Amino acid sequence: MSTGRRQFLKAAGVTGLLGLVGSPLLKIFAPGELEASSEFREGAALTARRWSLVVDMKAFPTEESYTKCIEACNYTHNIPRMDNEKHEVKWIWPETYEHAFPDNYDVYLSENIESMTFLVLCNHCDNPPCVRVCPTKATFKREDGIVAMDYHRCIGCRFCMAACPYGARSFNWRDPRPFTKNVNPLYPTRTKGVVEKCNFCADRLYRGEQPACVEASGGALIFGDLKDKDSNVRNILRTKFAITRKPDRGTLPRVYYIIGGS
Amino acid sequence: MSDKSKVIYLLVIFCAVAAFPFLYNSLSTPVNAKIELNTPVIDAMKVKQCIVPKEEMRRDHMKILNRWRDEVVRDSHREFGNIDGVMYEKSLQRTCMHCHSNKSEFCDRCHAYASVDVYCWDCHLAPKENKP
Amino acid sequence: MIEKALSGNKFYWAWVCFLLAVIAVGVASYIRQFHYGLGITGMSRDVSWGFYIAQFTFFVGVAASAVMVVMPYYLHNFKRFGRITILGEFLAIPAVVMCMLFIFVDMGQPTRILNVILYYTPNSIMFWDMVALSGYLTINVLVGWTTLSSQQKSVPPPKWVKPLIYLSIPWAFSIHTVTAFLYAGLPARHFWLSAIMAARFLASAFAGGPALLVILCLIIKRITKFDPGEKAIKGLVTIVTYALIVNIFFIGLELFTALYSQVPGHMQTFQYLYFGLGGHGKLIPLMWFSTFLAISAVVLLLVPATRTNQITLLFACASVHISLWFDKGFGFVIGGFVPNPLEKVTEYWPTLNELLVTTGIWSIGLLILTALYRIAISVKVELEA
Repeated sequence: MSTGRRQFLKAAGVTGLLGLVGSPLLKIFAPGELEASSEFREGAALTARRWSLVVDMKAFPTEESYTKCIEACNYTHNIPRMDNEKHEVKWIWPETYEHAFPDNYDVYLSENIESMTFLVLCNHCDNPPCVRVCPTKATFKREDGIVAMDYHRCIGCRFCMAACPYGARSFNWRDPRPFTKNVNPLYPTRTKGVVEKCNFCADRLYRGEQPACVEASGGALIFGDLKDKDSNVRNILRTKFAITRKPDRGTLPRVYYIIGGS
Repeated sequence: MSDKSKVIYLLVIFCAVAAFPFLYNSLSTPVNAKIELNTPVIDAMKVKQCIVPKEEMRRDHMKILNRWRDEVVRDSHREFGNIDGVMYEKSLQRTCMHCHSNKSEFCDRCHAYASVDVYCWDCHLAPKENKP
Repeated sequence: MIEKALSGNKFYWAWVCFLLAVIAVGVASYIRQFHYGLGITGMSRDVSWGFYIAQFTFFVGVAASAVMVVMPYYLHNFKRFGRITILGEFLAIPAVVMCMLFIFVDMGQPTRILNVILYYTPNSIMFWDMVALSGYLTINVLVGWTTLSSQQKSVPPPKWVKPLIYLSIPWAFSIHTVTAFLYAGLPARHFWLSAIMAARFLASAFAGGPALLVILCLIIKRITKFDPGEKAIKGLVTIVTYALIVNIFFIGLELFTALYSQVPGHMQTFQYLYFGLGGHGKLIPLMWFSTFLAISAVVLLLVPATRTNQITLLFACASVHISLWFDKGFGFVIGGFVPNPLEKVTEYWPTLNELLVTTGIWSIGLLILTALYRIAISVKVELEA
């Protein structure tokens, strides 16, 4: 590769940064002659200093309402449906209170809570143990707080799975392709031997879209910037009492649950 | 067995082993290395131009893809502007394969010819092709 | 010296061929696993480490235990161990090789293993484990080989060996400490989250490793012309006895903290291992068997009559080794995953393919051990002749 070319690519990296500012800029850059260059993104990218999710349990009245969220995620990310339960891959899934919050369980809690189904997923911790233990930085924390996975780099040692207090990580014990029936052609699958988990739909955010589960939740899941004091999530957390999973582990989870009351 | 005949036997075996790849290739049917550029999307383009000049693509596409991969996944830099200021999304599935929707005649042919075994497709999905 | 490993009677070659055959089966089983994925093992989303990592943990202990002959001999001038120091060092080499192989076969993407170096990450204990293990292997190969070849030539070992020997002592402690840190620093697993983990690992290593060395010495005495010496064996037995008692004491400390505090997270794994949890209890017989072996070994090692009798001594040392193998090479790692972070129980049991890969790795270890011991003993016998 010639030096000129290398310099150009560096420059391209800078323009790439500029591009993140928003699509109006893109329109100026792109003459619109080439098919590939037009409309690869609808709206401006959604950005935040600290992404977080609030689960409003009152807005999940029926099984259908949370199943829609799970199915949206499964389709968006090509989550396989493994035939062996031991090989299960799940990014977001339902749990009872007893299992989602095992440290806060008591047999005399309200019947209401007993019957509730909690959606659990990666907490995108502020102090993520999975990132701390990963020997290759295949899992890392982005500047916007998303704990991301680089499937190209993961060596499949599963140290992160041992370290996660939320059981949020799945390993591809086998090639997931044969078990991925309804394929989303715009998203990759995974290969056998790598760990995967929820990524807060980082690529949808870039396209200006809310995470798939949030979009399908009909307002039960609220996604926003925890470091913006006027954001949707901060406004809710200010007025309603919310809990996180296993706060005693010092991981600073960033998925909040509003269970009831106001 | 004398040393002389030992040497001769081993020499013959060595020559046979050393010559095998050449013999094998000359006897097997040659791989078609000609890549096919005509896809519906490319045919519809007024100016048929890849993201960078085709000589560079031919030589450096793997480097570009590797760099894109790291920049997108790790640095969240998802856009690429070429020398003419045209912006592209750094995406194998959404950008490259959008035009080159004929993986078997585009990627695979040359890779087969060069005996390159890529693992891109272990995860990334190739566009559906209408095979004759 | 290496040529000595290539000469031997027909029993030697039959043994080598047997090991090679088991290795071949192991390699074939690994190739099967490579193509199918780790789903061919008994591991699962909930028990995401299994037999491989447990065996790795156990053999780090065996490797570290070489320090128990090196330290008394070189640091305290304990002459009796002079005859077996090389056996200790040469036991560490195959043990570390097995550790590395167990890690390797446990990788989901083994072809990317160099990423650990390419994208080195010092905040990961795995990185330090790699440094510790490869360093320890290098030290032991250099020290063992150089001292033995100097002995063969009846010259004093080169000067640079001495500092390396002294380095090997803290290094041996470090490999098992770092291995304990792999577990003891995880906020997700109560069972492993214990400050005493490294100390417990070292105690069990200093019992199990020397116990194996006693067994090997007794075998060597019987089938070769080399006698490791009654006094050396006696010294090893003392180490085994005290280390075993300390290990049992440490387990007692763990049990007290868990059971007296009544903190559920701390109790659950012990409950699972020894009594079963929610109707699941596949490991109960193993854990009680391990307990039984440990207690009977303590008795056999403390009573002078059984300690000095070769048959009962052999039995006692085998009990120590097997007991710790079940405890650390199985229960410790599997138990940490039960119950899972959502307090559900998924059980684990190794599959046939997994066991074949494991026996393949053991055989590679035994083959290296056989060759190294063959060399060491030939040299020693020649010198004494």
